[in-house]
Amino acid sequence: MSAGVGVDLENLWIRFGDFVAVRDANVNINGGDFFSFLGPSGCGKTTILRAVSGFLDPSEGKVLIGGNDMRGIGPNKRPTALIFQNLALFPLMKVWENITFSMEIKGASASQRRKRADELLDMIALPGQGDKLPSELSGGQRQRVAIARALCAEPDVLLLDEPLSALDLKLRQHMRTELREIQQRVGITFIYITHDQGEALTMSDNIAVMRAGVIDQIADGKTIYNDPNTAFAASFVGENNVFRGKIKQIMGTEALIATNRSGDLVARISSANQGKMKEGDEAMMFIRPEAFAIAAEGASGNHFVTARVNHEEFEGNVFNIFTEGEGGKEIKVSIPNHGQSFQDHTGQNITLEYETHNAVLVPAGELAAE
Amino acid sequence: MPKFLKEFFNRNGTGMGLAILGLVLFWTIGLIILPQLSMLDFSFRPNLPPPEIGGPKDVYTLENYKYLIYGPEGGSQDYNSVDLRVFFRTLLAAVCVTIFNLIICYPIAYYLGQSKGSHIRIFAIMLIIPYWINEILRAFALRIIFGETGVLNTLFMGLGIWDTPFDFIRNDIALYAGLGYAYILLMIFPIYNVIESLDHNQIEAARDLGAPWWRIHWRVVIPYAKPGISSGCTMVFMLSAGALAAPQILGGPSSLWFTQLIYQQFNDNNDWPQGAAYAIVLLVTCILFVLAVMRLFKVNMGDIGK
Repeated sequence: MSAGVGVDLENLWIRFGDFVAVRDANVNINGGDFFSFLGPSGCGKTTILRAVSGFLDPSEGKVLIGGNDMRGIGPNKRPTALIFQNLALFPLMKVWENITFSMEIKGASASQRRKRADELLDMIALPGQGDKLPSELSGGQRQRVAIARALCAEPDVLLLDEPLSALDLKLRQHMRTELREIQQRVGITFIYITHDQGEALTMSDNIAVMRAGVIDQIADGKTIYNDPNTAFAASFVGENNVFRGKIKQIMGTEALIATNRSGDLVARISSANQGKMKEGDEAMMFIRPEAFAIAAEGASGNHFVTARVNHEEFEGNVFNIFTEGEGGKEIKVSIPNHGQSFQDHTGQNITLEYETHNAVLVPAGELAAE
Repeated sequence: MPKFLKEFFNRNGTGMGLAILGLVLFWTIGLIILPQLSMLDFSFRPNLPPPEIGGPKDVYTLENYKYLIYGPEGGSQDYNSVDLRVFFRTLLAAVCVTIFNLIICYPIAYYLGQSKGSHIRIFAIMLIIPYWINEILRAFALRIIFGETGVLNTLFMGLGIWDTPFDFIRNDIALYAGLGYAYILLMIFPIYNVIESLDHNQIEAARDLGAPWWRIHWRVVIPYAKPGISSGCTMVFMLSAGALAAPQILGGPSSLWFTQLIYQQFNDNNDWPQGAAYAIVLLVTCILFVLAVMRLFKVNMGDIGK
């Protein structure tokens, strides 16, 4: 990947009156990376994007693009281009005029602009559509025009504010792949804002998980999914079963937890928290539904959980088993569908088994809202 | 029955539909079209004393229109240069008032339309409330401000900016200010209405793509606001060209407005046919002028209704 222009946020604070929208954010985004800010709505991710694009000034701290402090530089002077959530195409301009608006401002001739528009239309697979109005295109086509318009400005950094949220599911999935391809082709830095963990995981080189103005974790998708730092990151990204309890014993990188309802269980302490947690601490243990397997009946130990099956559903790629453990503790289990015959367990007691490295321990904290 | 009428009756029911239709027809035909037609009829008749109306002399004639162009028969000049000059000056002045109004009102309408918060409502009320005061009082208030011993002259002479009072009225400044002020709401609100519906992201998108502020207005806001701008300009132009109170009160002694001539014909000369002819000429010229300008700026009639 070509070495693009990086973006750094240093001790960034953004306040609106008494409300703190972004609290001491420190992020280093490598040039040429596809970087996502992932978090629920209202977590401050769009605010960060607006600070990078120049539409609002940080209350404290710095935004650096390519190592240059951007303070006092307006959005029209920054090497960034923003794709808005609602795209904000100019409805009265033709597609080609929309795409080449940034060239028009620089004074390029109509024939130059037309030529560039045709090149970009080819790139986004809309050849010959330049003379239409945006309203004559479909949602996915408008999406691509917005990308072309932003790329035409030849930005060093492309900023995307949930641009896929208005599309239907199939198109959204298709556009994920397409966005990633475009990013790899042009080789510039993409900063992507989303509340959809699927989008963040599939497209990004690195992800920042945000909660209420705070960045909980910055890592690649696999790390965030498998080795979350906080209870919020563990519960927001993907599905997870949470077991609350107190740490009974620490054994190197593993710990034995006295859970509130499911007995003593063993877990791996998440990387960021190793050495920081001690016996007696309140903690949360997370086990993903797909990390469980159905064990032989009667098996027991500190990586087994017994539960009663409430109901089951077939989702295609997985069988979901909704169970109730000791004290009414709900546990979801997903068994991959390999085409095996699958017996119905409804009403039965089953024993669930997990491997220790799949149970991640983090300090007790706020969970993502369902 | 045409389809739209059928739909109209289906939606409103026959009774209510007939009532609405009746009122609308009464309004357009009874109150607008018929009186205007009778004016048109007047304008083609000679001014006769009552006993001769309907008599042999009561025939259709172009006399009244000829009078505007050539003046009285056997007059000293080839053309009615006095009245014609007033006519064209009125049109030109109405165009100037319209442009002047647009320049002042567009920024106000843009600000009102694109900012958020409750202060916008307060601003709007502050714009509207002065219009509760009637037009004549407002015009006299401006006379007090612009008069020889008025507020402005007192202020500037007090500050030593000039020594002798400046005659705002003789120089028509009071008139232009009065006409401009009389119709600012009619300019602001149509533009405000359109700009309010402009997605702010479009302005930000243009800015993000490198556009300076004037370019954003030129390429994004003004094209979008065009229906509102044309609606506002049309109303202000028509109403300024047809204004009577402001020119009467604020006009200098030498500057007649064409409407004042019409008024004189009707009232002072008691020559209704002549007045009607002048009024018809003013109306038709204004309509043609507006249509031509709309053509020039590629505005549809439907846009005016927005």
